[in-house]
Amino acid sequence: MSEVIVVTSGKGGVGKTTTSANVGTGLAMQGKRVVLIDADIGLRNLDVVMGLENRIVYNLIDVIEGNCKINQGLIKDKKNPNLFLLPAAQTRDKDAVTPDQMRELCEKLRDDFDFIIIDCPAGIEQGFKNAIAAADRALVVTTPEVSAIRDADRIIGLLEANEISNIRLVVNRLRPDMVKRGDMMSIDDVVEILAIELVGIMPEDENIVISTNTGEPIVANTETLPGKAYANMCNRIMGEEIPYIDLDQPSGFFGKLKSLMGI
Amino acid sequence: MFFNRKPKSKSVAKDRLKLILIHDRANCNTEILEMMRLDILKTISKYMDFDENELELSIGSTRSDTGNVVPALTANIPIKNIKKPRN
Repeated sequence: MSEVIVVTSGKGGVGKTTTSANVGTGLAMQGKRVVLIDADIGLRNLDVVMGLENRIVYNLIDVIEGNCKINQGLIKDKKNPNLFLLPAAQTRDKDAVTPDQMRELCEKLRDDFDFIIIDCPAGIEQGFKNAIAAADRALVVTTPEVSAIRDADRIIGLLEANEISNIRLVVNRLRPDMVKRGDMMSIDDVVEILAIELVGIMPEDENIVISTNTGEPIVANTETLPGKAYANMCNRIMGEEIPYIDLDQPSGFFGKLKSLMGI
Repeated sequence: MFFNRKPKSKSVAKDRLKLILIHDRANCNTEILEMMRLDILKTISKYMDFDENELELSIGSTRSDTGNVVPALTANIPIKNIKKPRN
């Protein structure tokens, strides 16, 4: 059975595209057949994060308008034979697609794929409506900041109004040190306010920037903390119960010494 | 503890957010306000006469006795006449 998952947030710049790329790659690493759709028409980005920007021939609009066949539009991932990308068009705007066309496309893709992951544009206009039209479930991405959480709450309301009831939360850019000194809302605070079930916690980590620089999603690098966290998140998406990594590990010599002494 | 009475910025953020979301959720869902308006109309009309079109209902905020800002439902109902109690 295949599932359409939309990755959305309301606010821009909180990590939707990074989440889409890593969840898609992580699920494909588990042997699932995955297609990533960049629904941010006009502002193509998922191709760059995936490192596939040089391979694009056709795009989402070409497929929807029938300028090419679906499998001609799909770009195969560099490493994973189960993973494909359908890139966004750059020269058109979000009104070039309708929710019905997205539903029709996803219906066709369901035959060939286990997971169809849709990277939603920021905002709540036409692009958002297109991106959520075919979704069975949603991942709402936020950061522990007032503006991002406010927008996430609005998005959750709109998803519910569109009868998407399976909505789970990804909290990005968590800084355990700031949480500890009371200058950042904790995961519990965010979950309490938004009242939806958590699926992933991402620490703020420079390795994420480095992986975007090179166009290789960090989930492939399980040596890193975010790599592990994304892999765990993928398992949770597939229905497993995986405990969350304790991000509050002491760092450095003095941190370790302090934790040994119990302070 | 005695030298740090200023609330942590995370508590400020959380309190502000709670208030913002109460406003947002109410304003984005005009249905609830309208249903509440009708119910209030029904109840109050048992006791007093007033112009139905004058009833104003809104979600705002107010300062509580302890000095905190809290969300508040404000109803503005100009009364025409109070019905005589029937004993």
